[in-house]
Amino acid sequence: MTPFTSQVINLFASVLLLIAFAMLAQRRIVTLINLFAVQGLALVGSTVTVAWATGQHHLYWSAGITFVLKVVALPLILHRLIRRLNVKWDIETLINIPTMMLVGIVLVVFAFNLALPISEFSQSIARGTLGIALACVLMSFLMMITRSKAVPQVIGFLAMENGLFFAATSATYGMPMVVELGIALDVLVGMIILGVFMFQIREQFDSLDIHHLEKLKED
Amino acid sequence: MGSLPELLAIDGVMLVVVAWFAIGLAGIAALHNLAFVARVLFPLSASLSLALAGFALPALPGAPQVAVLAIGLPDLPFHLRLDALSAFFLALLGLASAGISVFAGGYFRQGEGTAPGLLCLHYHLFLASMAMVLLADDAYAFMVTWEVMALSSFFLVTTNHRIAEIRRAGFLYLLVAHVGAISILLCFGVLQANTGDYTFANMRAQSLPPFWASCAFGLALFGFGAKAGLLPLHVWLPEAHPAAPSPVSALMSGVMLKTAIYGLVRVNFDLLGSPLWWWGVVALVVGLATALFGVVFAAAQVDMKRLLAYSSIENVGLIVVGLGLAIVFAAYRMGSLAALALVASLYHCLNHAMFKSLLFLGTGSVLHATQERNLGKLGGLMRFMPWVAWTTLVGVVASAGLPPSNGFVSEWLLLQGFLFTGDLPNPYLRMLVPVFAAGVVLVAALAGYVMVKFFGVIFLGRPREEKLAQAHDAGGLERLGLAWLTAGCVLLGLFPVAVIEVMDPITTALVGRGLALSGRAGDWLLLAPMSAERASYSPILFLLVTAAVVFATIVLVRRFYHGRVRRAAPWDCGFPAQTARMQDTAEGFGQPIRQIFEPFYRMHRELPTPFDAAPRYKVTVEDPLWGWVYLRIAAATEAVSRWVGMLQRGRISIYLLYSFLTLVALLFLTQA
Repeated sequence: MTPFTSQVINLFASVLLLIAFAMLAQRRIVTLINLFAVQGLALVGSTVTVAWATGQHHLYWSAGITFVLKVVALPLILHRLIRRLNVKWDIETLINIPTMMLVGIVLVVFAFNLALPISEFSQSIARGTLGIALACVLMSFLMMITRSKAVPQVIGFLAMENGLFFAATSATYGMPMVVELGIALDVLVGMIILGVFMFQIREQFDSLDIHHLEKLKED
Repeated sequence: MGSLPELLAIDGVMLVVVAWFAIGLAGIAALHNLAFVARVLFPLSASLSLALAGFALPALPGAPQVAVLAIGLPDLPFHLRLDALSAFFLALLGLASAGISVFAGGYFRQGEGTAPGLLCLHYHLFLASMAMVLLADDAYAFMVTWEVMALSSFFLVTTNHRIAEIRRAGFLYLLVAHVGAISILLCFGVLQANTGDYTFANMRAQSLPPFWASCAFGLALFGFGAKAGLLPLHVWLPEAHPAAPSPVSALMSGVMLKTAIYGLVRVNFDLLGSPLWWWGVVALVVGLATALFGVVFAAAQVDMKRLLAYSSIENVGLIVVGLGLAIVFAAYRMGSLAALALVASLYHCLNHAMFKSLLFLGTGSVLHATQERNLGKLGGLMRFMPWVAWTTLVGVVASAGLPPSNGFVSEWLLLQGFLFTGDLPNPYLRMLVPVFAAGVVLVAALAGYVMVKFFGVIFLGRPREEKLAQAHDAGGLERLGLAWLTAGCVLLGLFPVAVIEVMDPITTALVGRGLALSGRAGDWLLLAPMSAERASYSPILFLLVTAAVVFATIVLVRRFYHGRVRRAAPWDCGFPAQTARMQDTAEGFGQPIRQIFEPFYRMHRELPTPFDAAPRYKVTVEDPLWGWVYLRIAAATEAVSRWVGMLQRGRISIYLLYSFLTLVALLFLTQA
């Protein structure tokens, strides 16, 4: 492995992390979807680099699937969805973006600390990026918690999957093909089901604000 | 024996179990045919009970017999074993259930809750599972049959399930039974000592360190205590026994409680090996507390079946006192004294099975004849129901522990055991144990009081209600059942030496010594457990002398005093205008005890004012433990549930936050 490829992988990793931060702070749904697509693209880039540097051919396939699914298909579906739901230009009121950023930084520090002993065992060339992958997962989770509309939550869910995938490539050169295919299918199916749910939620409550779901609670 | 393979006793017992099961299924086939179920199936089942006793008794002195049944999970068959202890309890089951089943044939009526066929199934499943519990030789078989026993008896208790009170009693019973079963399961888990082999043979081979052995003892005492009705797990007993039909109450009180005693004996003397002395003290304390509590509450009851239920609690307490004494003696390697205490305990099991079944059946007949369970509305039934009254009188005498009845024999043996505690090496025990002996004597005396109340209020005096004069005596099958149990009580009382000789193999197997009465100078007539010089008792002589004195008195009174039989209104003291309301009531009779033991009770009294034209007096006695223990547990459970319920916020973000925090916390922990 050359220092150059290592640098390239680190670059992609930092892009991923940066986008995770951006998603945490982004108010507009359309931009959020675009950010998600860009994050997918960074993921594809890092996967291809790892594949090229180590000669692991199945990683090219993973990269291909990721590209088709996360850069093309899912953003397209999401765009159509928000158009049909008519929430394209919705702006969400977030709770205090600077606080979110600070919490995100704490999470990154925590994730790096956590990944340190694990990455020492890893044989992978991209092992240093495990902390970043973990940080991406945690921050997407945080995003799901803080959003109150349905679509951003779904995007948070998808972004979390991105982080997991990145963790898999960086720690162990990706998962077996069958598992990867399964996860890809899961994400797709999950997306469709969540889309259906969103329509249902809007029919019920005339809004996609999930605060309305609180009414479902049994007293 | 020729070419025919000898029929082993254990096979015979299993045949009886299968036949009981078949009778139960036949009951299902004739679901609503009461005549068939009652007149054919139940008497048939009674003859099977006799067969069970017939198989078990000869097997008592023999070597243990084992069998492996291929039912159960793969690689986990049922291990069965018939040794002296199992055979004794199987004989008890057979002898008691024979009378109860015959009685049940005449007892069940149409339209009392569950269809007769279904009742028949539950009843015979109950019998079969009790027999299998006694045979089981591994924890798996034991637990499965134990649970079948609990479930089938639950359905029997809730026969009249349309009454909410009875459903509640059934639920309470099921709850306590399951809490106990968990404890028993844990006890077996400790006993197998991490070998993964749950057969009793393996448990016998293990020698546990004292800490774990004590854990096993505590779990066994709790688990089996829940079934036997030891304090503070007795609460289901006074609810479930009155709720169940009388033959079922008789079976539960007379036999099922004994399976719990069997479990205690099995674990403490067989599986655990050598006991520690303080276990015995624990058992003594718990047993005595239970006995005192039971008898004091029995004295305050006005429902005849509740009274008997509390009396069962008292008797179980006495049995456990005997076990505790046996444990103390066994721990100090005093074999023959341990054998004496154990024999007293087991003898009392047998006696209680007989007389308590008899009394419950008697109340069943009274209940059917009068539709009344409240003592305050009964009275004077001896004239209308002589059969029930006289048989119940025998049971009452036995329960009160008067000589020459069987109840006296076991209580006397128990006290004999206490008299030898002066030989114990531990000085504190030497000081403590006489206190327990005094407690046992107090319990025995109060039991007499309770029985006087029970019999006197129901059968003596004048009828307190008009309709009682129409009460009819028990039918043929019922009489047969009552007579069988009465005969059992009388014979157990008159021939204690023969019975104790039969029990010798049990004590030899469990504590290494038998009482070995037959070799002694005291022959079959004279019961002298240790030596004839110290104490001896001859029931037959006692009976003869008592009968002679009574007879002579009657003759003398007739001859020299008035010379004729006069029928006068009872207890009228020469007062001309006397009504049934003037005689002593159950409440009135129990009043002194309620005064003396007032701190024990939670009483609510409604006293009339002196100017009330229609005065009413009402007193309800509640179990204080209900408030001290159970309501607190319930309140704590509710509080915890409410607290857990606060987690439910209805907001997705909060739920996500829970997962997130859990994830972060777990990651943090793995890192540390």
